[in-house]
Amino acid sequence: MCTTCGCGIGQMRINGKPMQPHRHCDKPLIYRSHKHSHTHEHNPVPADTNHSSNTIHSGTGIAGTHASGMSQARMIKIERDILAKNNRYADENRRYLSEHGVFALNLVSSPGSGKTTLLVKTIEMLRGKLPIAVIEGDQQTDHDAARIRATGVPAIQINTGKGCHLDAHMASYAIQQLSLQDNSLLFIENVGNLVCPSAFDLGEAHKVVILSVTEGEDKPLKYPDMFHAADLMLLNKCDLLPHLTFDVDLAIEYAHRIHPAIPVIQISATQNSGGMPEWIDWIMAGCRSAATAKQDLKQFDPTFG
Amino acid sequence: MHEMSLAENIMQLIEDAALDQKFTQVITVWLEIGQLACVEKESLRFYFDVVTQDSIAWQAKLEIIEIAGQALCNQCNQDILITTYHAACPHCGSYALQVTQGNEMRIKELEVK
Repeated sequence: MCTTCGCGIGQMRINGKPMQPHRHCDKPLIYRSHKHSHTHEHNPVPADTNHSSNTIHSGTGIAGTHASGMSQARMIKIERDILAKNNRYADENRRYLSEHGVFALNLVSSPGSGKTTLLVKTIEMLRGKLPIAVIEGDQQTDHDAARIRATGVPAIQINTGKGCHLDAHMASYAIQQLSLQDNSLLFIENVGNLVCPSAFDLGEAHKVVILSVTEGEDKPLKYPDMFHAADLMLLNKCDLLPHLTFDVDLAIEYAHRIHPAIPVIQISATQNSGGMPEWIDWIMAGCRSAATAKQDLKQFDPTFG
Repeated sequence: MHEMSLAENIMQLIEDAALDQKFTQVITVWLEIGQLACVEKESLRFYFDVVTQDSIAWQAKLEIIEIAGQALCNQCNQDILITTYHAACPHCGSYALQVTQGNEMRIKELEVK
């Protein structure tokens, strides 16, 4: 762990090598001004602060009530997203990926849902169709990257040390090292964790959440942030359903309570059965869109290299 | 655990502002945190104390303004207040909600010297 700030970057490794040391206040990053692509007023409604008497609520102190003039204290407006730095890297990653027509998927799930097996089988089914690269995230070991490399596809292992998620800076570092081909497919297998990775945009086209039928049907209700952040849900290990009491309809209903429009594909990665062809079609459609978008970008932006 | 990353990000934004606005001590930090944001507030307070040690924000007061969760019901087209993602519309019972507010995680302002 970093001794300056306590963040987890100190043990972070990429393919077993330490990542470049990060900087604190000695050389700050220059942020661009906050921009939105949509228009809305920034007048958020505060939550109701009428709590019962046994609730401690310190969030009522509005800065405007501060009595200045008695000291040298002053107020400074910041109005920035706490994850502004991560989002800046994510925007840069997204721009780089779209300029190269790379379709990037961020695979998220709890540990043991079968992400790596799914990736290996998916790569086998896509072999020869387009170039593929993989970024693997785990706290420790390069076991997963080794499994991917055994398929003949380049893979970079990020070890997050004590960190519980990949962030956009780590992804940016790995993307640079991978030398991605134009019109290719990039899988980012996040750290097995159904909570933290939901908050961190890596610059991917979509988060894909994987739930296996050996888990509980109510995982979407228990870990709503991830199911809300994802654009596709894969229900994995469906070949085991005859041996389990898992209620597929209930699991999908719970997922739709959190994210009404999320598509669900039922698959079995080990048996190459169920919706595996549908999953492959979904990926190929995304790859085609990314390649087309790159062409459009070239056509309409004369500065595009 | 990602609250530590969030606290570190807050510290970095403060340090950037300190260079820009020439202040040497932070007295109060105001955050806006949405009710639906993936943040455990008490955990964030804990890590804020950890990462601000020996910094210009050491012992700064952390004020968290909660932003209400809001959604538009796609079924009955009404704006409603929600506190969780799995809430149902209180008017029609539908889960087909489009979240319009409540994901915020922002530094609003600082009181500095």
